[in-house]
Amino acid sequence: MSTPAVVVDDVSKSFRVYRDRNQSLKATILRRGRATYEDFWALRDVSLEIPEGGTFGLLGHNGSGKSTMLKCIARILQPNTGTITTRGRVAAMLELGSGFHPELTGRENIYLNGSILGMSKREIDLKLEAIVDFAGIGAFIDQPVKNYSSGMYVRLGFSIAIHVEPDVLLADEILAVGDMQFQEKCREKFAEFRNDGRTVVVVSHGLGEMRSLCDRAAWLDHGTLVDVGKATDIVDEYTETGHAAQEVTDGGMRWGSGEIQVERVELLDAHGQDQRTFRTGDAMTVRLHYVAPGGVDTPVFGASIHTLEGTHLWSHHTRDAGFVPARLQGSGSVDLVVPALPLQPGVFELNTSVVDEQITHDYDQHRRAARFEVMVGAPRESGGPIVLGSRWENFSPPVALVPAGQDVRTATAE
Amino acid sequence: MAVSPTTSPTSPPGGSSRRLAGGASSSVREDRQRSFEIVRNLTVREVRTQFKRTALGRLWSFINPLVTLAILSVVFGLFLRVPFQPSRNGDLHVFVLFLAAALIPWNFMSGAITAGMNSLVVNSGLLTKVYFPRFVLPMSVILSMTLTFAIEMGVLLVVVGLAGGFEVLLFVPAIAVFMVLISAFAIGIAMSLSIAMVYFRDTQHIMSLFMQLWFYATPIIYPLTLITDDVQQRVDDRGWTVLGQAIPLELIYGLNPAAAFTGAFRTMIYDYAWPTAGQWVICLAWAVASVLVGLLVFRKFSARVVEEL
Repeated sequence: MSTPAVVVDDVSKSFRVYRDRNQSLKATILRRGRATYEDFWALRDVSLEIPEGGTFGLLGHNGSGKSTMLKCIARILQPNTGTITTRGRVAAMLELGSGFHPELTGRENIYLNGSILGMSKREIDLKLEAIVDFAGIGAFIDQPVKNYSSGMYVRLGFSIAIHVEPDVLLADEILAVGDMQFQEKCREKFAEFRNDGRTVVVVSHGLGEMRSLCDRAAWLDHGTLVDVGKATDIVDEYTETGHAAQEVTDGGMRWGSGEIQVERVELLDAHGQDQRTFRTGDAMTVRLHYVAPGGVDTPVFGASIHTLEGTHLWSHHTRDAGFVPARLQGSGSVDLVVPALPLQPGVFELNTSVVDEQITHDYDQHRRAARFEVMVGAPRESGGPIVLGSRWENFSPPVALVPAGQDVRTATAE
Repeated sequence: MAVSPTTSPTSPPGGSSRRLAGGASSSVREDRQRSFEIVRNLTVREVRTQFKRTALGRLWSFINPLVTLAILSVVFGLFLRVPFQPSRNGDLHVFVLFLAAALIPWNFMSGAITAGMNSLVVNSGLLTKVYFPRFVLPMSVILSMTLTFAIEMGVLLVVVGLAGGFEVLLFVPAIAVFMVLISAFAIGIAMSLSIAMVYFRDTQHIMSLFMQLWFYATPIIYPLTLITDDVQQRVDDRGWTVLGQAIPLELIYGLNPAAAFTGAFRTMIYDYAWPTAGQWVICLAWAVASVLVGLLVFRKFSARVVEEL
């Protein structure tokens, strides 16, 4: 392995949490000293090396210390103890366009922001055109940035930061910038970055993004390092542990006239156990327990699966399946059988519904009736919410393949 | 998948919180170069945006001192008839010019200290998102004000020249040196206060009161001789003492850095005289001391500023 780009050696960082914050002199004098505070340890004895080249992810829950870590590497915060050694120029993209002055033109802001990020005037002169091009703001460059749309604002901020061409780029949730087209450009730029042997350190909540974007990752939990290694392994480990989804506690959202209701949902595994955790490729039976005290004619049951962000992935109702009962009275249940769950690892939500035969009247709609988690299973594919059971074949002309399981990067280097 | 702490040859033995980057010396040089660029760009930003969206624009930088001068001249020159001496070497006996020679440097100094003091808090958005040497903020905001200061001094010199003879232009090199010294003094004070401001927001209120006190305690609207002769006489006549000693007003005034600076400017611009060796030494000493204290305070506290903002 080459020399690391960043060496974090035994770093601890604490913040003062004031019991009763006093920013006034009166309070200070009355208390004879500063306010009482407790130390909150955002990082505790963390040591890790970020290798040169490639993308390194920092993973963890909110408050795990990953942003603090990033800010320490960026030198915005100074650790209490321990050292951080970085090689080459470091640029942080914590908030895009944070140094912009609204009254100055785009061009003036490029010079201002560029110098804050570490570029010399000559360097900016050379790159000005590329920065403007990349941001795609064209004629607006000589307008004050207060007239920019929010999209233009962040695009310009991103463009400046990326053109600093740092040896180490620190990014906090940056890929959520601009429209699809711009995001695509950003990804290309990141790839270019990596090919140039530069290092990207990224903090992200998107596990899928993490898997596809990062080569290596570190997992932080409450300020301590849990593990560091190949990004795919770390992400899997992270999703496996301590992340078990629970039944929706707020009960989701429910409406309907109520002549018939789905009062309970069970998600049964192959052994008939009610589970909230499955693996890709597992069998899953959705059992809907209904009550219809007064009796209902030809009710249509339905179920659908959504991602947490609300993307509708799938639904199925009994009318399309030709499985409509003539009349239901009292209580009972109906099963929906999924032979092999075609979902990638992640957390999903199940909605249930009971409507009339014309699908015009809602008896009972239950949004987020149950939440379940999918963990790594088989087949194993790379990203997105769904699994297609796909496979790669037929290099033409045929070539030798790297043996499975070996690190591709080291293999190609040999 | 090693979680064990890795000791790399480049990292110094633990415990130290100093960081070494690559070759330490080259990074320091790079840092300095970078700070220079940032200071320049931030200064330009301040200059360009100071009067944006005002109809009169840069004219305001003349209107403000003119109005202050007019008010003080009418009240103290006309109504209260402050006794002031004619110019020692020039052909001048005009209260407005006597006043302006000290008031314009004072206005610059007090404005610079106030703006510099607020610079960290005002730019908190930038401080928490990007690393750059923190001292550039108070420094650049004050540097941007030196432009207005220089223009005002230029206008003042022309007016004084028209009224009392253009020999005053002989002093321009010395005036420039004192302008540098008063700027350095303001930067040093502002650096200390900007840190204090982060920890205690009371600082701004205390300072606005203190600035008023400081203004009247400095011989700007009255000559120093009024205090050393007239007032001292009256104090002594009434037998006012502190701890049994006569009150040494001249010594007290001698300890006021603003009196030293404004006095030096008045010596040159109103009296057409070279500052004494004492004036040179005192002003230089104040500037150096203020910058040193500012740097020390900054070194000690600036690392934690981001957390306290």
